[in-house]
Amino acid sequence: MNSMTAFSGRNTKEILRDPLNLAFGLGFPVILLLLLTAIQSNIPISLFELEHLTPGIAIFGYSFIALFSATLISKDRTTSFLMRLFASPMQAADYILGYTMPLLPMALIQALLCYAVAGALGMQLTANVLLAVVVSLPAAALFIGVGLLCGSALNDKQVGGICGALLTNLSAWLSGTWFDLDMVGGVFKKIAYALPFAHAVDAGRAAVKGDFAAIMPHLWWVIGYALVALIAAVLVFRRKMLRNNG
Amino acid sequence: MEYSIQAEGLTKVYGAKRAVDELHLDIANGELFALLGVNGAGKTTTIKMLTGLTQPTSGDAFLLGDSITKDAIHAKAHNGISPQETAVARNLSVLENLALMAQVYGVDRKTAALKAQETAEQLGLTEVAKAKAKTLSGGMQRRLSIGMALISNPKILFLDEPTLGLDVIARRELWSVVRKLKGRVTILLTTHYLEEVEALSDRVGVMAKGKLTAVGTVAELIEKTGAKDFEDAFIALATETEEIA
Repeated sequence: MNSMTAFSGRNTKEILRDPLNLAFGLGFPVILLLLLTAIQSNIPISLFELEHLTPGIAIFGYSFIALFSATLISKDRTTSFLMRLFASPMQAADYILGYTMPLLPMALIQALLCYAVAGALGMQLTANVLLAVVVSLPAAALFIGVGLLCGSALNDKQVGGICGALLTNLSAWLSGTWFDLDMVGGVFKKIAYALPFAHAVDAGRAAVKGDFAAIMPHLWWVIGYALVALIAAVLVFRRKMLRNNG
Repeated sequence: MEYSIQAEGLTKVYGAKRAVDELHLDIANGELFALLGVNGAGKTTTIKMLTGLTQPTSGDAFLLGDSITKDAIHAKAHNGISPQETAVARNLSVLENLALMAQVYGVDRKTAALKAQETAEQLGLTEVAKAKAKTLSGGMQRRLSIGMALISNPKILFLDEPTLGLDVIARRELWSVVRKLKGRVTILLTTHYLEEVEALSDRVGVMAKGKLTAVGTVAELIEKTGAKDFEDAFIALATETEEIA
C-alpha cells in the first residue's frame, strides 16, 4: 500500500509539473465552453445551450486525461526508471492503481471546474449538476482505462497519435456534444451509440435535466466499456511486465 | 563463510541463444564482486535474473537464502539496483526521488524524508537536494541513481556499469562512494573499465558467451594466465573462451 501511495504521489507530481497537461486538461474545455457560449449568444437558434453543452464538454475534457495517463506510462516504459521499480517488491496492481489514483481526482476537478464556469456563464447550478459530475465519473474511469491501455501497449509517439488525435476526435464527433446525432442519423448514429461517448454525454444531460430514469440505461454502456478498458489495461500491463521479465 | 548471492545452474535462453549458461557462483557477505566480459557475454542478463527483471529459463539463485524463482518478492526486498542507464524520475527533485524509493521499499513517509536527507548527505547531493533530476549533470544523476538504490538499505547492491559515460572526475567520485560501501553491502558490479575492477573489487568473474570462465582476485587471474597485467589477463581469458566456443 505504501509503495502504491508513493508511486501514485510521484505520478501526480509528474502530471502536475507539466504545464501542457494543466493547459489542456483544465484550460481547453473551459476555453471551448466560453467560445461556444459566445457563439450561442450571437445566433438565433438554440445550438449550444449550456445545459446541453456542458455535460458534453465535461466528457470531452476527459479525453485529455487519457492522453496524460497514456503519455506518462509510455514514457516510463522507455526509461530505466520503470526497470528500477520492476526490480522492487512492487506488484502489477500497485502500478495500475498508482497510475489511476492521481487521475480520478484530476478528472473530478476538471468536471467541477467545467460546471463552475458554466454556472458563471449563466447555467443554473442545482443539485442535479453534482449528480451529473458523479454520473460522469464512469466516463473518467473509461478514459483513464483507455489511457492505461494505450500507454501499456504503445510507444510515446504512437500514444500521441492514438490518444492525442484519434481518441479526442472520436470523443468529439461521436459524442453528440457539438451537434445532435439525430441530425446525421443512419449508420453514423448507430456507430455513435455502439460506442460509449454519446451514452456518457446523454447520461450527463439526463442528470442535469433531472430525468433520473434516463441515466442508468446510458450509464451501463459507459460502465461496461470502462470495465473492459481497465481490465484490458491490467492484462496488457502485466503482459508487458512479464515480457520484460523474459 | 556466509553468502549473499548463490547461483545454482542459472540459465537464460533466448531462442537459440544461451545468454547465460549454467552459471554457478557464490558471493560472500560484504564482498565486492566484479563481473567482466565483452558485450553480449551475459553480464546484464545475469543481473536481470538476479534482480527479478528476467525469469531464468532454468536453474535458480538465492539472495540471502531467498529463491529468485520461488520467493521473488522477498528476494527483491534485499536488493538495490542501479541500472545501466540512469534511472531517475526526471521531474522529481533529488530528495523526492530518494524518498520515493524508500517508500517503495515500505518505509513510511516521515522516515523516508529523513533517510532521503541522510542519503543525499552521504552521496554529496545536499547542494542539489531540491533541484529536479533532469537538471543535474550526468555524474550527479548517476550518484542519485546509486542513492536511490541505497536508500532502502539493501544488503545486496547491483551496479550495472555505474560509471559508463562519466568523465574521469565523476568516475573517481563514484569510486569513492562505492569504497565507502565495501564490507557493509554485498556488491555485484559490471563494468568495461578494468582499472575500476582493479581499484574496487575483491574478486572478479569473467564471462564469455554466457559462461563464467574464470573467478579469482585480480592477482590470481594475472598469475593464472601468466599475463603482464590485468588487461592482458582479461584478454587472454576472454580470447581463450572465444576460441573454445
